[in-house]
Amino acid sequence: MAIESDVLVVGGGLAGLTSAIAATRAGADTRLVSYKQSTLRNASGLVDVLGYTPDGDGPLTDPYEAIPSLPTDHPYRTVGVEGVREAMAFFDEVGPDYRGGHTDANALVPTHGGTIKPTARYPAGASAGLASDERDVLLVGFEAMVDFDAAHAAAHLEAAGVPFDVRGVTIRFPGELRSDAKVTRYAKLLDTDGEVAVRGRKRPIRAALAERVNTELEDEARVGFPAILGDGDAAGIRAELSDALGADVFEVPMGPPSLPGLRLEDALFDALDRAGGRFETGNPVVDSDGEGRIDQVYIEKNGAKIPNSADQYVLATGGLVGKGVESDREAVYEPIFGCHVPHADDRYEWFDIEAFGDHDFARFGVRTDEDLRPIGREGDIEFDNLRAAGSVLGGYDFAAEKSGSGVSIATGYAAGRAAAEAAR
Amino acid sequence: MESVPHIAVIGGGSTGAGIARDLSMRGLDVTLLEQGNLTHGTTGRMHGLLHSGGRYAVSDQASATECIEENRVLRDIASHCVEMTGGLFVKRPEDSEEYFQEKLEGCEACGIPAEVVSASEARAMEPHLAKDIEKAISVPDGAVDPFRLVVANAASASEHGARIETHSTVEDLLVEDGEVVGVAVNHASGAGERVHGTEGGREEIRADYVVNATGAWAGRIGDMAGVDIEVRPSKGVMTIMNTRQVDTVINRCRPKGDADIVVPHETTCILGTTDEEVDDPEDYPEEQWEVDMMIDTLSELVPMLEEARTIRSFWGVRPLYEPPDVGSDDPTDITRDYFLLDHAERDDLGGMTSIVGGKFTTYRMMGEEISDHVCEQFGIDAECRTADVPLPGSEDFSVLRDYMDEFGLRSPIGRRSVERLGSRAEEVLQTDGPNPTVCGCEGVTRAEIKDAIGQSGSDLNAVRIRTRSSMGNCQGGFCCHRMANELHGEYDESTTRAAWDELLQERWKGQRHALWGEQLSQAMLNYALHATTQNRDHDPADGEPIDFTAFDDGRGSVGESPGGEVAADGGDRRGD
Repeated sequence: MAIESDVLVVGGGLAGLTSAIAATRAGADTRLVSYKQSTLRNASGLVDVLGYTPDGDGPLTDPYEAIPSLPTDHPYRTVGVEGVREAMAFFDEVGPDYRGGHTDANALVPTHGGTIKPTARYPAGASAGLASDERDVLLVGFEAMVDFDAAHAAAHLEAAGVPFDVRGVTIRFPGELRSDAKVTRYAKLLDTDGEVAVRGRKRPIRAALAERVNTELEDEARVGFPAILGDGDAAGIRAELSDALGADVFEVPMGPPSLPGLRLEDALFDALDRAGGRFETGNPVVDSDGEGRIDQVYIEKNGAKIPNSADQYVLATGGLVGKGVESDREAVYEPIFGCHVPHADDRYEWFDIEAFGDHDFARFGVRTDEDLRPIGREGDIEFDNLRAAGSVLGGYDFAAEKSGSGVSIATGYAAGRAAAEAAR
Repeated sequence: MESVPHIAVIGGGSTGAGIARDLSMRGLDVTLLEQGNLTHGTTGRMHGLLHSGGRYAVSDQASATECIEENRVLRDIASHCVEMTGGLFVKRPEDSEEYFQEKLEGCEACGIPAEVVSASEARAMEPHLAKDIEKAISVPDGAVDPFRLVVANAASASEHGARIETHSTVEDLLVEDGEVVGVAVNHASGAGERVHGTEGGREEIRADYVVNATGAWAGRIGDMAGVDIEVRPSKGVMTIMNTRQVDTVINRCRPKGDADIVVPHETTCILGTTDEEVDDPEDYPEEQWEVDMMIDTLSELVPMLEEARTIRSFWGVRPLYEPPDVGSDDPTDITRDYFLLDHAERDDLGGMTSIVGGKFTTYRMMGEEISDHVCEQFGIDAECRTADVPLPGSEDFSVLRDYMDEFGLRSPIGRRSVERLGSRAEEVLQTDGPNPTVCGCEGVTRAEIKDAIGQSGSDLNAVRIRTRSSMGNCQGGFCCHRMANELHGEYDESTTRAAWDELLQERWKGQRHALWGEQLSQAMLNYALHATTQNRDHDPADGEPIDFTAFDDGRGSVGESPGGEVAADGGDRRGD
């Protein structure tokens, strides 16, 4: 006998989690199944809505204003401006401590490469770092951390014309972490405020770190660190460092493994749990039954195929990176339900010759009707009770537009609500 | 003429670097000129095979004999560039038995150690060989890193007083009274190491003799002095796999053919190749069918290649030459032998010799022959020592030392660093500060990157070929910005940004031919990392000034108030 629920969400990234929370809160008995770690570990943890138009205009001050002019097959056009606003308000309500909801204007957040990225929401931990804030900044990097070079990032920000003075210094992280220590090691040490040896004396790490930074600090009102400042107690660590330094402390978002991305994922799983949703991680959905309507899906677990059935399904398995869209030398396809993914027959038309050119592959994904149901080659609805959300959708280039999180939240919210509605 | 003749060598591939080393070791004054990075032309675009000579044992026994001789020399003088993998010529049921026997006899005739191995023995060596192979011949093929080898030759030349100029294009030959007396060079960024954004300039370099070692580009240099050098460039594709599906060089045992070799190279395997004549060595089509053929045809030998992940493809052009009276139609019929063209004898133009044709494996021998020829012009009697004196990196190198403990590196990173650096390991890896890994795929540490930057200026592609950083599975997705960070310590931000963007573009170039399956997924991830978080596609430092006041500055947000004052619009101070 199959495991049953009203709504089954396949995929545990930003879109799947938003969708499951939305469906649960709309009263549906909801389960979420996810396979591998979500791609949030690669993401900066910033929640962008739209930073640039598909033509490359930007950075946009107001993302909502640009939505009605997007191409018709863009997922934002499917859910509409009001749908996006509603979804962002929902994120503000159920999500972790993020800022930026007080205004429609984008924020410009400095990231580890030294550029600034337009974003609609940012973690509280990044909020003192905004590029439109005119207070001077000291960036602090660590000798052994190759992903962030404070002096380089500072010089790069200056070249971008930021309205404040910025300096970068590199210090040795107190204690004896190895050269190749992962960011999670730094975070854990700070979370527990573990003791480290400094000139033969045992000192708690937070105080030892602040001491080293204090010798470098001039009169900057803000101090930025790479995003390693704790996992469980990030707010506490920032507060303690801020007090000790007499300056606001912020984190600069980094690449994978990204703590802000992982914190966001954890917070949303907690929110799903609190809302009463169920979830199961670590096993893939490998197959499904049903013509025109999905009867059940199969989850592979220890070699056995376990049937799971629901009234409504949400496909939130990600794009090319998350493997919700796959390809071989001949074709591009959606592997679980076989939904149609438009693509050129000649794989040499999938890309542009410039590294940051107009890449078709960046827009690969399923197309949907106005209710987010995937459609086939002829525009026919693939399955009555399947909706798609997040990067598995095509028709937009989230990397160029800086729209990945916003699309996941907006379509996840809409799909989750619609699935709950239909399951009644 | 000064007391020591000054020789200008044009071309920084294996041949030019080999000549520069040889001549400078014989005491001559040498300037080496290369239009791109070292190995920019054909040398940097080969499959990395150290020939045993087995491939030519039937069709071209003179070349085969030279190959096995030089194979032994390189194992000795360039041990840190060579991995002796061994090679197999594998016979499938449809391949000719007669040819198999000819191959075996040919190897014997050329002094190439060769042995027949049964199908089961071959599959015990290489478990991924097809189940239906019949038998194989084992030969001493190997893998060689062409970048490391050329850099080591140039370093040796430099130690012996040679001047090495990269990114310096020869724009004209200086001819006076029917004799070449030098070259006019355009330096992309001034003389010496390349630095982005540095003003370039033209320099006339007087030379007592000029050696044209530009391979497929030889005709262009000839044209500058009105002499015809009919090089027939022939392109070949090479497809790089994500892992070593084989640890031995696998050759198909049949007469000439496309897609008949797999070479294990560092962390990858390289599939090769095609042979097709092109008009222009810099501008020729790179086509999908060539990549597909590598995978489809070589899957007959190693079936798992059909489903395996390729990380990029690249093309090289062979600098084939045949004397004008031969007239082969098919480029596969053109000899792989090399030729010295003394333009005084041939074209009545003194002061210059061109060297054309030949193979990477015999680069040193070619260098020796042309260096003999140059010395002869000046009546210099100096012995060639390049076959006996190890290259920098291969001197007195004991692999038994425990470098990993010594430099605080973890296996396999320490092992790989030491393999790459050879006897230079101590000099490079002994650093004061921490030595973190910059490129995780290839295990390249900060110390190696810094060392390469010291050698090659602000050019991150030159750092790449010296260290292999960004050449692994992720193709630079996770490490290009880290390499830029290391560069920033030495160069300013705008120079660093230019080098960084150039590296990203170069890494993209070859990946385009591998964009399906896992590698398309990787490419999307890289694109997302670089464009989304790093905003490399819309870097405000490159674009129009931004009106920062139009964006959210945090005022009005819950608990936020920049400037340490209570914001007028109702924001309050941080709650914590």
